[in-house]
Amino acid sequence: MKIHEYQAKRLFSRYGVQVPRGEVVFDEDEAVNIAELLMKQTGTRRVVLKAQVHAGGRGKAGGVKVVEGLDEVRRCAAELFGKRLVTHQTGSEGRTISRLLVEEAIDIDKELFVSILIDRSKKKLCIMSSTEGGMDIEEVAATHPERLEKEWFEPLAGLFQFMARNITARLGLHGQVLHKCVRALRSLADLFIREDCSLVEVNPLVVTRTGEIVALDAKITFDDNAEFRHRFHGEMLDKSELESVEQKARALGFSYVSMDGNIGCCVNGAGLAMATMDIIKLKGGEPANFLDVGGGADADTVMKAFEIILSDPRVSVIFVNIFGGILRCDVVAEGIARAVSQSGLSVPLVVRLAGTNATEGKALLDAADLNIYTAGDMETGAAIAVEKAREKMV
Amino acid sequence: MTILLDKKTRVCIQGITGGAGAVHTRKMLAAGTNIVAGVTPGKGGTLFDERIPVFDTVVHAREETGANASVIFVPAQVAADTIMDAAYAGMELVVCITEGIPAVDMVKVRSFIQQTGTRLIGPNCPGLIAPTVKQNLGIIPAHIAASGRVGVISRSGTLTYEAMAQLTALGIGQSTCIGIGGDAIGGMDFVDCLTLFEQDADTDAIVMIGEIGGVAEEEAAAFITEHVDKPVVAFIAGATAPPGKRMGHAGAIISGGRGTAAAKIEALEKAGVIVATSPARIGETLKATGTV
Repeated sequence: MKIHEYQAKRLFSRYGVQVPRGEVVFDEDEAVNIAELLMKQTGTRRVVLKAQVHAGGRGKAGGVKVVEGLDEVRRCAAELFGKRLVTHQTGSEGRTISRLLVEEAIDIDKELFVSILIDRSKKKLCIMSSTEGGMDIEEVAATHPERLEKEWFEPLAGLFQFMARNITARLGLHGQVLHKCVRALRSLADLFIREDCSLVEVNPLVVTRTGEIVALDAKITFDDNAEFRHRFHGEMLDKSELESVEQKARALGFSYVSMDGNIGCCVNGAGLAMATMDIIKLKGGEPANFLDVGGGADADTVMKAFEIILSDPRVSVIFVNIFGGILRCDVVAEGIARAVSQSGLSVPLVVRLAGTNATEGKALLDAADLNIYTAGDMETGAAIAVEKAREKMV
Repeated sequence: MTILLDKKTRVCIQGITGGAGAVHTRKMLAAGTNIVAGVTPGKGGTLFDERIPVFDTVVHAREETGANASVIFVPAQVAADTIMDAAYAGMELVVCITEGIPAVDMVKVRSFIQQTGTRLIGPNCPGLIAPTVKQNLGIIPAHIAASGRVGVISRSGTLTYEAMAQLTALGIGQSTCIGIGGDAIGGMDFVDCLTLFEQDADTDAIVMIGEIGGVAEEEAAAFITEHVDKPVVAFIAGATAPPGKRMGHAGAIISGGRGTAAAKIEALEKAGVIVATSPARIGETLKATGTV
C-alpha cells in the first residue's frame, strides 16, 4: 500500500527525521492560510506547493511549484487543484490532483538520495545511498551504478551506528552534519522495520545551508501482508488512488489487475492466472484482466468474480481456467452453472476444468444447455475464447 | 532415492487441529505420508483422529516421536514464530504452506534458520511430494502425481499441478515435485533445488517453472551453466504482465524494468534450458527433448 508524501513525512517526523514545515490542504483558501502561516514563521514570502498523487516524476510534470507571495499561492493552487497530472509513472490518463502539500522553501546545500528496501537475493534489508540526490535514481543506477552505494542489514539487529557512519562518510559529510545524518539514517531504518515497509525512499535528502539534514521528499510503501498489526495504516489509504474495480475485487478477496484487452479471465492461483493471460496472447487475443479467485471457488465466488470481470465494459468473452487440486471441479461446475442461470450472462463463456473431478465437472456443464463452451485443456480453451472475442468484434 | 524425503521421513504437522491443518493431514495420511505427530499449543496430550498424538511444543513432539520434518498450517500472524519453533526444535525440513507472512518477518526467519541449518520450503507454497516413496508434505493433490524420474520445481502452486498433470498424462513420472512459493523472501530457491536434483541418482531431467519478479530465474540460469548437466525444461509465467503491478503473488512484480519474463527466458535459453512457449506444452516440451 502506497501513502502520500505528506503522510510519509508525518511518519518521518514521528521517528525523528526532520522534514520541512508544512501542511496538506484540500482547497485554495486553505492553501493561502497555511502559506500565510509559513511565511510568518520563516520570515520569507516563498513557499512550495506539491501535488499529492501516488507517482514519481511530479516535479518534471509540473506538480511542484515554488511560489512567491499569497496572490501567487492562490493562483497556482487554483491551477493545480483538479488538474490531471501525467508523469512517467501514471500512464497517459494521469492522476487528478485533489490534495496539495504547502511547505516552507528550504535553502539547499547538498542533495542526497537514500532508500531502504528488501533485497530478495540476499534476503536482507538494503539501504542504498547516493550523492546524486534529486535525480531519477533508476537512471543513475543504469548509467553510473558506482554512484549508488549499498549496505545490507538485518531487521533483528537494525542499522548499526557504524554502518550508518560508513554510509554517511561515503556521502562526503563531516562534523556535526555527519552525526545528524547518522541519526536520520538510523531513524529511517527503524521506521522501515517497525512499520513493516516494503520501500522507504527519500529523494532528495538534503543538507541545508544551516547544516541540517532534512527530508525534502518522502515515499513509503507498506507491506500489505503486515496490515494485521498496523491498524492505523489503513486510515492513510487514499481510495481515489485505486482503480475502483481493483478496490472492489480486493474487498472480495480476489487479486485483480485490469488490462487493456477484451477477454475476461477467471483463474485459481496466481501463477496459472498469469499463464492464462500469456496463452491468450499467444493465441492472438488480449486479456482484459488478471484475476486470481484463490483457493475456494464455489458458486458464490464464481458469481462475484463474473460480476467484477463484467464491470469492465470492454469484456466480450469470459474464460474460466481452473485446476482443481483441493478444489473439486464438479463443485466449481455447479457454481458456474448456477451463476450463469441466475444472472443470465451477456457474453459467451468458455470453461476449462482440470484436475480433481474434471470429467464430472465438464459433463455437468455440457449437460446444462447454458451456452457454455467447455475445453479439455487450456490451449483449446484459450483458442475458443480468442475466436469468440473476434466474432464479437466483427 | 528422491530429494529431501525418503520412506523414513517422520512428519509433524504444526496447526494439525486447525481447519486447513486437519483437512490436509487426512489427505496426506491417505496418500501414505508418515505423519507421527501434531502440534497445537494448548491441545497437547490429545489424539488427532484417535491416532496422531498432539503436543504443545515442537520440541516435545520431536523428543517423543522422532519427527524430523514439519508441515505448517497456521495463520500468517504467527507463522514466522512457528517456522522458527520448528527450526529450533531441530526439524531438518520445514514446509510452510501459510500465505501472507510479512516480508520483514521472513527476513528474520531467514537469519534465524541460517544458524540452525534448517531447510525451509515456502511460505505461500503447496509443499512437496515424492511419489516414489509415497510421502506428501503439503497440499499437492496426490492423484495427479506418478512415480518416475523427473524433478519439478515451481514458484506457483497451480502451475506445479498443471506441469505434473501434463507429465503424468504423457506417461512421464516424477521423482520429487516442489512448490517453492511465490513470496519475495522464501526458503529454498531454484538453485538449492537444482543442486539436489543434479546430485540425485534417481532424477534424469528437471522441469522448472518460474514467473516474473526478482532475479531467482537468472541466478538459476547462471547456476545451470556452471553446475547442471541434466536436461532442464522451463516455463516462465507473466510475459503479458504490466510493469509495476503485483500479479497476485507478493513476489510477482516487475519493478524498475527488472524481473521481466523476457529477461528470464533469455538467461535460461543462454544456459541451454529449453523454455516452453506455452504453459499447456510443458510436458510435451520435455518429451520432445527425448531425454525421458
